[in-house]
Amino acid sequence: MTAISLQSVSVSLGGKRVVDDVDAEIAHGEWVTLIGPNGAGKSTLLRAIAGLVGFEGQVGLDGASISSLGRREIARLLAFVPQSPLLPPDMPVREYVLLGRTPHIGPFGYESKHDIEAANRALTRLELMPFAARSLRTLSGGEQQRAVLARALAQEAPLLLLDEPTTALDIGRQQQALELVAELRAQGPLTVLSAMHELTLAMQYADRLILLSEGHLIAAGPSDEIATEALISMHYRARVRVVDGDDGPVAVIPMRRRHSQS
Amino acid sequence: MIADTRAKATGKGATSVFPARRTLPIAYGALFLIGSMLVGLLIGPAHLGLDAIVRALLSHVPFLGVRSHLSQSDSAILWQLRAPRVVLGMLVGGMLAIAGASYQGVFRNPLADPYLLGIAAGAGLGATLAIVYGHGAVEAYDLIPLAAFAGAAGGATCSYLLGRSAMAGSNTASLILAGVTVMSFLTAIQTFVQQQHAESLQEVYSWILGRLDTAGWHDVGLVAPYIGVSAIVLLLHRRALDVLSVGDEEAASLGINVNRTRLVIVVFATIGTAAAVAISGLIGFVGIIVPHAIRLVLGPSYRLILPLALLGGAGFLVLADVIARSILSPAELPIGVVTAFFGAPFFAVILRTSRSFR
Repeated sequence: MTAISLQSVSVSLGGKRVVDDVDAEIAHGEWVTLIGPNGAGKSTLLRAIAGLVGFEGQVGLDGASISSLGRREIARLLAFVPQSPLLPPDMPVREYVLLGRTPHIGPFGYESKHDIEAANRALTRLELMPFAARSLRTLSGGEQQRAVLARALAQEAPLLLLDEPTTALDIGRQQQALELVAELRAQGPLTVLSAMHELTLAMQYADRLILLSEGHLIAAGPSDEIATEALISMHYRARVRVVDGDDGPVAVIPMRRRHSQS
Repeated sequence: MIADTRAKATGKGATSVFPARRTLPIAYGALFLIGSMLVGLLIGPAHLGLDAIVRALLSHVPFLGVRSHLSQSDSAILWQLRAPRVVLGMLVGGMLAIAGASYQGVFRNPLADPYLLGIAAGAGLGATLAIVYGHGAVEAYDLIPLAAFAGAAGGATCSYLLGRSAMAGSNTASLILAGVTVMSFLTAIQTFVQQQHAESLQEVYSWILGRLDTAGWHDVGLVAPYIGVSAIVLLLHRRALDVLSVGDEEAASLGINVNRTRLVIVVFATIGTAAAVAISGLIGFVGIIVPHAIRLVLGPSYRLILPLALLGGAGFLVLADVIARSILSPAELPIGVVTAFFGAPFFAVILRTSRSFR
């Protein structure tokens, strides 16, 4: 069963083809990560799947074309966590998380008890209960990121799109954020599609990688096929070494060029 | 049984993290409005007495069996002079405050006020043209409010069309810039017309400063439908305004049709403001300080700000009008002077005290 299916998806922004003819399928329960150099079209592809930019081709969610779905229907199927979310500084965390219930509330309606319980569950799962009454501005960067994730969880959508979930986090927080997503996936049926810069973390956490470059899909598959020295050096223009662990590659290490000294 | 206690436990947890503190502030707001209304009915050159006024009000409530003690002339003062003025103050003040709050939310701009999109300048031009060229027709056909309303709606429409064509999309900054452009242009025309007809300067000037000195219930009936419908539509969007505060793209990803929601809110805030301006002139400050005072005290949720702006703005303008008509009695101060003179220090106090809270 496919959770997300892409058929020759293209996106043009300002006359430039940012995503060019991408085909891909993501199965239910899978975690797939888009990798690729800056400007490869990772974020744009995510936004197209969320219905936030116009596109050519076909995007299917759970077998339904998103062109035939309304805004609210899309929002019930997928939750989108943008790279740099706009956080209303004075809003209390609990109100912010409750906004995630919007697709389940009628246009002029109010939160029901059920909605408040869903928000409470999200706050509990992300250990945000102690912060519930505090305003977003008083939270640290990592706590803010958890609040955004909690809002997406409160949406209770089977698909989670994460755009660069680890930028601006230190190495410990990066690990915590991704462990959290892995945990959530273990707890319930959740399909995750993320875009990431950090190759080492991408290959450690994702079931499959999709390499994009200049809008094209270059390759898709398990990390030992995609995160190779050849593909990375070609598309990132980087000198790297891929380090193998017990089962497959675990790290991508940049290698400094040695300048000969005369 | 176990499920029962569990449900109760989560219910309790829900109330501790999501306190139901929305009804209490709204109850206080309603009390403030009722108090302001009574003050507005009580204060004036003729002494009526609070007791008599309350009895006269209650005598209109069926099944209570309360009888009014007021003489016929006192009754006329209450019902034909003071009551329509108080009601008009409530309508105009409530509308300006809720429209200001809505504009601030929809543009995510704390400086937005109800006159933002060329409404004030358009209304000013309309009223000036009516005063200068209307002559005999002014009284007979409600020409000034009609022209002011048309001018306000026209100014807002021009701003919207210009802002849209300047930038295809939903960039709110371009709409605000378009509003500033339209405002400057219409103000230039208005000033020119005014200078050419110096004999009507006094009348134009007094219109621009704003007043609630009106021809009784007739004016109330003229604007009440527009303001009533606008206020209801805006109140229905109070949760949508909260969702918009996370930005256009994220609001869209939460299932909101951002452009349509913004258009509906702007259109109804504009219609309501145009109606208020048409009858009362340009009463400044209400649309900015009332929503901000509420925001500073109660936080950023529009679910509280919108209903309280309606109640607080209504009460505030009724009180401002009491001061405007009693402080130099029998002469009247323009109400816009009062709202700014007493509103600004009041706002400064709130600004300082709520800063020290943080």
